[in-house]
Amino acid sequence: MRALALEGLHGEAGARFAPFAGWHMPLQYRGIVAEHTAVRTAVGVFDVSHMGRASVEGPGAAERIRSTASYDVTRLSAGEGHYALYCTEQGGIADDLFVYRLEEERWLIVHNAANAGPDYERLAAAVDGAGVRAREVTGETVMLAVQGPLALDLLAGVLGDAVSGLRPRRVAELAWRGGTVLVARTGYTGEDGAELVTDAGRGAELWEALLAGGAAPCGLGARDTLRLEAALPLHGHDIDVTTSPREARLGWVVTLDDGAAFEGRAALERLAAGPPARLLACIRLESRGVLREGLPVHAREGAGAPPVSRLTSGAHGPTLGAGIGMAYLPPALAEPGTPLAIEIRGRALPARVVARPFYRRPRAG
Amino acid sequence: MELPQGLLYTAEHEWLAVDGDRGTIGITDYAQDQLGDVVYVELPEPGGRVESGSVFGVVESVKTVSDLYAPVSGEVLERNERLDDEPELVNASPYGDGWMLRVRIEDPQQLDSLLSPQAYEEVTRQEQRGGE
Repeated sequence: MRALALEGLHGEAGARFAPFAGWHMPLQYRGIVAEHTAVRTAVGVFDVSHMGRASVEGPGAAERIRSTASYDVTRLSAGEGHYALYCTEQGGIADDLFVYRLEEERWLIVHNAANAGPDYERLAAAVDGAGVRAREVTGETVMLAVQGPLALDLLAGVLGDAVSGLRPRRVAELAWRGGTVLVARTGYTGEDGAELVTDAGRGAELWEALLAGGAAPCGLGARDTLRLEAALPLHGHDIDVTTSPREARLGWVVTLDDGAAFEGRAALERLAAGPPARLLACIRLESRGVLREGLPVHAREGAGAPPVSRLTSGAHGPTLGAGIGMAYLPPALAEPGTPLAIEIRGRALPARVVARPFYRRPRAG
Repeated sequence: MELPQGLLYTAEHEWLAVDGDRGTIGITDYAQDQLGDVVYVELPEPGGRVESGSVFGVVESVKTVSDLYAPVSGEVLERNERLDDEPELVNASPYGDGWMLRVRIEDPQQLDSLLSPQAYEEVTRQEQRGGE
């Protein structure tokens, strides 16, 4: 089991730990609902240093990364990031990732912890050679996600005013206390905020500065309820090698029109030619209860028949005060408003397809 | 961890308060702390029965779901309806407003097999050691 560089500080902050993807991770501090609410109404900080991080450098790195990622990353400007997928030759999703173009020929790639090993091998195989090099930097850096309506204010106070000029999906490297902090205006909670990467040696100082500035320490429990309310898919649950980007509603991160070759392209072209056979839908329980991954989903009228699907994610949504989940449904059942029934402990409880996402943050101004 | 002296306990983390042939059942402070934020409690209706050592309901927190085990057998006299709308009472007041069921205790001999506060505390200590 790998330990976070800041494990001691998490213990001091009251963390309870749980194993996740080979890491000993903070599950919660004060409580999942309190942490969830802090992110929705103020600001929270998550140590997400378990995420796989790789740097890629060298002339032509853009085309090399493009040769393995679904999105045409060559269109990114320096200082811009984008979500992308690694696909299989069958058009399934091997992982989802975030690609940041720090400079013209210098990149940071962020992978899911559970897939970090194979992802890095895939990336290195695609980019290494002819002056381009991938390097795994997970262990030597710390990654903190600062999320919530007050996140940008907090970061401007801690890191300086340059943060305020950073638009969504943009990334900048700021000088801080003799070192550098990479600030990307991205996240996985449905709130405004940023993700920070800095040297492992500077991580403790940064964590402490964020807590001192009012950020609530938040664990994986709240990260999961926040991302589900925002209908952000979790690889290994809502998306995997058996699901295609389009049915997961991730067609927008697959670029086909540039003609570039990348793994899975042929299958994705075939899939793009016809309508998807199923769609990932947001489902809200209409009675009391909690939805969990794996629960059977029925058409409301066919509650006695075999299930039409199973939940790929499920939780209690603290902001909504209701059980929420996602499942792949035939397109005819995936329309918002469609009545469903979820089977919980042998009982069919009423549920309904709702518009995605469950929660959308109020826009400022 | 709060552990009232006047109650009996189960190794599955329920408590029982005995008042004549009536028993009140809930889950312990240790249990609510381990579960985290309770968001749903499923309980049998009055008139139903619970059986000693058997599952009588379910408590769901944000992170997990856990069965509830009856400390004694008997008829359900009352369930705590406040928990329908305020399941968080289980966290806030596990021995008070967060109580779950009132039952008629059929066989007082079953009380002999329940745990004293001291014996229950030992159960929680062993669990915590096992969890580390």
